[in-house]
Amino acid sequence: MERGEKGTTQNMRSISYSRVADVATAIATVTADPDAAYLAGGTTKVDMLRIYAEPSQRLVDINDLPINHIELQPDGAVRLGALARMNDVAMSPIVAQRYPLLAEALVLGASAQLRNMASMGGNMLQRTRCSYFRDHEAACNKRVPGSGCSALTGVNRGHAVLGTSEHCIAAHPSDAAVALSALDAVIHVQNRDGHHAYAIDDFFLAPEDTPEREHPLQHGDLITAIEIPPLPMARDSLYLKVRDRESYEFALVSVALALRVEGGAVAEVRMALGGVATKPWRARRAEHALLGRPATHEHFLHAAREETADAVPRSMNGFKIELARRTMVRALETVTARGGTP
Amino acid sequence: MTTAIGRPIDRVDGPAKVTGAGRYSADVPLPGLVHAVVVGSRIPAGRIISIDTRAAEQANGVLAVLTHLNLPKGGSVPPLVPSLAGAAATGQTFFPMQDEVIHYAGQHVAVVVAETLEQAEHAATLLRIDYAAAPFVTTVEQGREQAYEARRIFGGFLPGRVERGDVDAGLAEAAVTVDLGYRYAANHHNPIECSATTAVWQGDRLTVYDATQGPNATLHTLAELLNVMPSHIRVVTDFVGGSFGCKAMIWDHPALAALAARHVGRPVRLALSREQMFSSVGHREQQEQQLTLGADAQGRLTAVRHHKLSPTSHFDDWAEPSLGVASQLYACPNYQGVYRLIRANTMTPTFTRCPGEASGMFALETALDELAERLGLDPLEIRLRNYAETTPGDGTPWSSKKLRECYRRGAELAGWDRRDPRVGALRDGDTLLGWGMATSAYPCYQPGNPQRARARLYADGSAVVQASISDIGTGSATAMTQVAADGLGVQLERVRFQYGDSDLPNTAAAVGSAGAGMVSAAVHVATTALRDQLIAQALADPGSPLHGADPRQVTVAEGRMALRERPDVGETYAALLQRAFMADAEAVGTWNPPPDTSGGSMTFGAQFAQVAVDPDLGLVRVRRLIGVFDAGRILNRKTAHSQLMGGMIWGMSHALLEGTRMGPDGRWANASLGEYLVPVNADAPEVVVETVESTDTVVNPLGVKGVGEVGMVGTAAAIANAIHHATGKRLHRLPITIEDLL
Ligand SMILES: Cc1cc2nc3c(=O)[nH]c(=O)nc-3n(C[C@H](O)[C@H](O)[C@H](O)COP(=O)(O)OP(=O)(O)OC[C@H]3O[C@@H](n4cnc5c(N)ncnc54)[C@H](O)[C@@H]3O)c2cc1C
Ligand code: SF4
Repeated sequence: MERGEKGTTQNMRSISYSRVADVATAIATVTADPDAAYLAGGTTKVDMLRIYAEPSQRLVDINDLPINHIELQPDGAVRLGALARMNDVAMSPIVAQRYPLLAEALVLGASAQLRNMASMGGNMLQRTRCSYFRDHEAACNKRVPGSGCSALTGVNRGHAVLGTSEHCIAAHPSDAAVALSALDAVIHVQNRDGHHAYAIDDFFLAPEDTPEREHPLQHGDLITAIEIPPLPMARDSLYLKVRDRESYEFALVSVALALRVEGGAVAEVRMALGGVATKPWRARRAEHALLGRPATHEHFLHAAREETADAVPRSMNGFKIELARRTMVRALETVTARGGTP
Repeated sequence: MTTAIGRPIDRVDGPAKVTGAGRYSADVPLPGLVHAVVVGSRIPAGRIISIDTRAAEQANGVLAVLTHLNLPKGGSVPPLVPSLAGAAATGQTFFPMQDEVIHYAGQHVAVVVAETLEQAEHAATLLRIDYAAAPFVTTVEQGREQAYEARRIFGGFLPGRVERGDVDAGLAEAAVTVDLGYRYAANHHNPIECSATTAVWQGDRLTVYDATQGPNATLHTLAELLNVMPSHIRVVTDFVGGSFGCKAMIWDHPALAALAARHVGRPVRLALSREQMFSSVGHREQQEQQLTLGADAQGRLTAVRHHKLSPTSHFDDWAEPSLGVASQLYACPNYQGVYRLIRANTMTPTFTRCPGEASGMFALETALDELAERLGLDPLEIRLRNYAETTPGDGTPWSSKKLRECYRRGAELAGWDRRDPRVGALRDGDTLLGWGMATSAYPCYQPGNPQRARARLYADGSAVVQASISDIGTGSATAMTQVAADGLGVQLERVRFQYGDSDLPNTAAAVGSAGAGMVSAAVHVATTALRDQLIAQALADPGSPLHGADPRQVTVAEGRMALRERPDVGETYAALLQRAFMADAEAVGTWNPPPDTSGGSMTFGAQFAQVAVDPDLGLVRVRRLIGVFDAGRILNRKTAHSQLMGGMIWGMSHALLEGTRMGPDGRWANASLGEYLVPVNADAPEVVVETVESTDTVVNPLGVKGVGEVGMVGTAAAIANAIHHATGKRLHRLPITIEDLL
């Protein structure tokens, strides 16, 4: 925080607000000003400003941009505008029928009021719930690079066991991104130079030694849409979220799963984990271990063990490894028991 | 005679609350109002080396930055005495900003006053405070070695050791014993309204609008802390958005608000933030308990040894009385209870709903289940075999006790006798179901001073009844309106109860579930005194149809006095007053409470819980809670049941969700409502609440035993016992979370 020169008056940090109506102006406005940022539903952004976790800013309200549609593309893909609200996406028949795992992930997130405000684009960029990140008196590499990570020795029950580093062990909070990761979604981004598309797995970055970098976006990059390729087997899928209380809490462990069993064996599988990893965690090892194998408890358990083999427990979160295994097995058994695609 | 009492009347303050018209202490609009923000210490122990306030002082809108270097001097810190005593009631015997020493994280080290809240918050971020950190202890684990036995606890109210009989002999003769260690996380209150004070001086007179359980407690504490005559202070508390104990004692922020207001010469509002609520208004301490029970082959207790270990502050020997009710509930000749304390770098812990009863009874009621299991007895049966017909200490009779009826009715509602008692026998698909039960009890505490109320009847027959008490959301204002209507013999609609103001007749703080009993007593005495006065006036008035009648023959209903045998002979209060050219009539009632009844008088209850456990994922969800209580007279069925139901849901929360975790840096790590979990609606099970008929002629005139807290006692044990029934696991810590069940 800035410090007043002797004899001068300290102005309060000013937060300005403007509203833009088209994509080009939005990008130009934010790109031109290093202090500017997009404001969508504001459910993350306003919190960050209140707790001084992000610097003074000019808020550029993008809610009037025409990027809030939920559309079925000719090729069978579904395109979610970045400003589509979490609730609208969850309730949309296009999504609910094709990708139940995404609809469920959305409905199990936050609260009804928040879901009415919160956008899909903002959801991808929400910040970790690590309490030290939100406490400006604590050391936190993500907030102040190089200051240290209080969670390593602190209260870390909610923290990640996969994809961690000695610099940061914060769990990625989004539920929707976990489902989207299982679905191989693509994040569409626009900036002054044109259009970019990121495979979702490349979009979210593990902390390594730069935990402050959570995604590849540059200042001014605007998420315009999230595209989900067609995936017929996702019609029988689920999102299983395990947490201490029944609602209004982030996941301790979550599993997004689409599974097709044929002749008693796993014919197709997509699985991703939430709550246990520093980014939405595509469970590729488990998928690999499952593919072509009998859809039985033993194989499910084996695959779950494979996925968590490299997990690193900390003082309070070791239980998450076992819980993640059991949640994966539960998800696999649940979808198998339903007897495949209806 | 009682037509209003007991009825499930809607809250008199409901419309103001739901329409937003109700003004809470941080809502009061005052001309020239400015805002104060407190700043807490980052470290838990050490000293302030320097505070650079220049940038903050120069920030826009800033009027003052107060620190230990320039805080105006006030009076002295009164001793720590529970606010039920009716005197000054400081939450801890430490007042901050007197020197550079830091005793706990969050200790208030500066107050920034500015024209707007945002300016004050901003300026607070500009303070540069350098600390020299010192070693510290904040947990049981860190302080175990230096524990000491407390001489007295709980504001000096209770001894640190209680013994009766010979516990070693009792254990030696036992056929079965269980010896169990329990661990409990710390808890915070988290009412929806954060504590707040608005202070305004007019010359040397101070008015404060304070979110408090006791306007008089605030008044007397401020009088001492500020060295101002009580007669010069007025405390107003129109609305309180819940407390659960964090507003039962008076912490430093009201005095800081008053000092800041005097310093800047403007009215000052000081509202704590949600995070500051975790380090400014006390907490339920982290604790361990060791409980040893001995019983003969029939399951009759021969010995209870109950020890507790917990951290307190550097200033006060405080432990919530976890051993109290658990020592008085069952007939057992040999008992030993000992409190051990650890000096720690935390604030002084404080009352948190069911202070002690909830934690102590969790131990006793789960241990009894283990004992029953060893003996092959039904959990309900072992409780009946140890039923205390008289108080276990000296054998005096209970003021009233219908616990057997509670057990019977609760068991009936739960279908207790029909359940399959074998562990793991009940299933719903892959989900394991379990039933558990426990006893509830909460002492009837008495205020330390006379309780007063004033009743005034106007010539049109409408009435105002006054007492200083605040309504913290329990519905007491509604219940008192009912009591007043019946006392006067007028319709409910004609009575306004005025409250929440220290200028009104004195009552102690509404704490310890004693509020309804003590204030209803004062209101009853005042209103019946006024009724009797008006009857006497009628009898003496030759113009009255009741002239010369026998006062014992006169009854009053709907504002009309009449002869019991000849209802046609009589007249209204209004006619009487108008004939005498009296605009109103008034009486003050004083109720002198009996000496402490907490040993021989309790609200009792029986609780039954059904849980569903997902054994693979370690998830426990409560499906049903049933509570049947003997709470004496119920003043308002609706608000009383809400209190009991809220208590039970909190008990569930205590069992499964709530815990404040101390970080290795000596600060609470989950000081937010995002991280400190309380139940959401989806967690709330089906809750059945009933009360049994019960008459108590000892506790107070109306026989009100109190419902504010007892609902929470026993719930956690019933749930843990149900988890055992479902899974076979015995869990000895709170909260019980997923990792315990994997
Ligand atoms: C109490 C609470 C509970 C929650 N629980 C859950 C939960 O259980 N599960 C879950 O998944 N989430 C949860 N959330 C998070 C919530 O889903 C996110 O806050 C929300 O999705 C963010 O969307 P928004 O539109 O409000 O984003 P904003 O707050 O407006 O923006 C967030 C960030 O994204 C940037 N941004 C927004 N849109 C774009 C865009 N189109 N292009 C580029 N940058 C953009 C903003 O500049 C900002 O930095 C919870 C939030 C709260 C407050
Ligand atoms: S885990 Fe990451 S976010 Fe949390 S304190 Fe460490 S660096 Fe900061």
